[in-house]
Amino acid sequence: MDKLHFNLVSPERELFSGDVDQVTVPGTEGDFGVLPKHAPVMSAIRQGAITIKDGGETRRVFIRGGFADVTPDGLTILAEEAVDCADIDPAKLDQDLQNAREDVADAKTDDTRRAAQIAVDRLEAMKAALSA
Amino acid sequence: MPSLKDFRNRIASVKSTQKITKAMQMVAAAKLRKAQDAAEAATPYAKRMAAVVANLSSSMKDRPGAPALLVGRAAAESHLIVVCTADRGLCGGFNSNIARRAREHIARLEREGKTVKILCVGRKGFDQLKRLHAKKIVETISLREVKKLDSHVAAGIADKIVARFDAGDVDVVTLVFSKFKNVITQEPASQTVIPAAESLDAEVELPDLKGSAYEYEPDEEEILEVLLPRNLTTQVLNALLQNAAGEQGARMSAMDNATRNAGDMIDSLSIKYNRMRQANITKELIEIISGAEAL
Repeated sequence: MDKLHFNLVSPERELFSGDVDQVTVPGTEGDFGVLPKHAPVMSAIRQGAITIKDGGETRRVFIRGGFADVTPDGLTILAEEAVDCADIDPAKLDQDLQNAREDVADAKTDDTRRAAQIAVDRLEAMKAALSA
Repeated sequence: MPSLKDFRNRIASVKSTQKITKAMQMVAAAKLRKAQDAAEAATPYAKRMAAVVANLSSSMKDRPGAPALLVGRAAAESHLIVVCTADRGLCGGFNSNIARRAREHIARLEREGKTVKILCVGRKGFDQLKRLHAKKIVETISLREVKKLDSHVAAGIADKIVARFDAGDVDVVTLVFSKFKNVITQEPASQTVIPAAESLDAEVELPDLKGSAYEYEPDEEEILEVLLPRNLTTQVLNALLQNAAGEQGARMSAMDNATRNAGDMIDSLSIKYNRMRQANITKELIEIISGAEAL
């Protein structure tokens, strides 16, 4: 069976590069799965988890902001931020989320509130990605 | 005529300077490795990003309504030069080379009758440019408080650039920074980032679509709207990372030179000191002997 060449890069480093069976990408217009020989697509990504399937193994990586670029050569995801779901500690995540919510409540100016709200959204999306 | 004590003091002071330069060299060497790793780790993203932008822009360039960030404005009157330098000195000609490059660029644009504005990233660039171009400097961003150069820092700078562009303040934006070639060579470079179409690397290979057409989700305009500022962020980050590595490399070789010079100086001072000491002993002996002979 054909394999899909998949690259996951964030500004700081390359997180994944190799051949896999399938990748599910959370696009802004809805999730889509990419199999080998997918038609060329360029899509923006919302925050959420991508699922990488290879053989019997499944790996989930939380990504935030970026683009998926499917070419005949394979799939490239440019993510602004990417964290392997296996590396996320659920207890710490809950703690962070609670702190972030308090930050929103405590925010004095609109700017700090907006920044705190973004942090909450990010953590909530991360939590949703983890529990899915 | 310096006395023996003066020589002893000179030697002691040069020795302590040598200790400092030696320590700075070792610190720079350690930081260099980290900075180099960071610069290398960021390369795949920058490359992919360049490929994606090249790909999109090749289909958008000739269409009417292409975003101004990509194709630029018809009147390229006002230029913004983003001068990226280090925040600290003592790194040889590193900052001066970047500043010189910036000055040449400014002079060329002014001969063409363009308006020039300068955004300094890093304090040293400001220090060197303020003498001639103080009125043109619109903003200075210090990186002193930044602990780790990441995309958030770059995004902050990119946002400021885009805001100025959107406000119609500037039409063309050029980054001036130092390319990290290897540990001992850094090369000042300038790169036009807005319009983005000008900075596209001609070497980027467009993927062969094998006859099928690209689909865009959402449409091309919307993707470009998000992609172009992010591309700018990537280029700013790349410039900053290359600068950071170059700065440490330049400091390392400058401090290596300084340590060696201090060593030479200690040697020559010690020779002078010993000669003088021997001359003094000989003089005293002669005095004693001739005193005894006179009796």
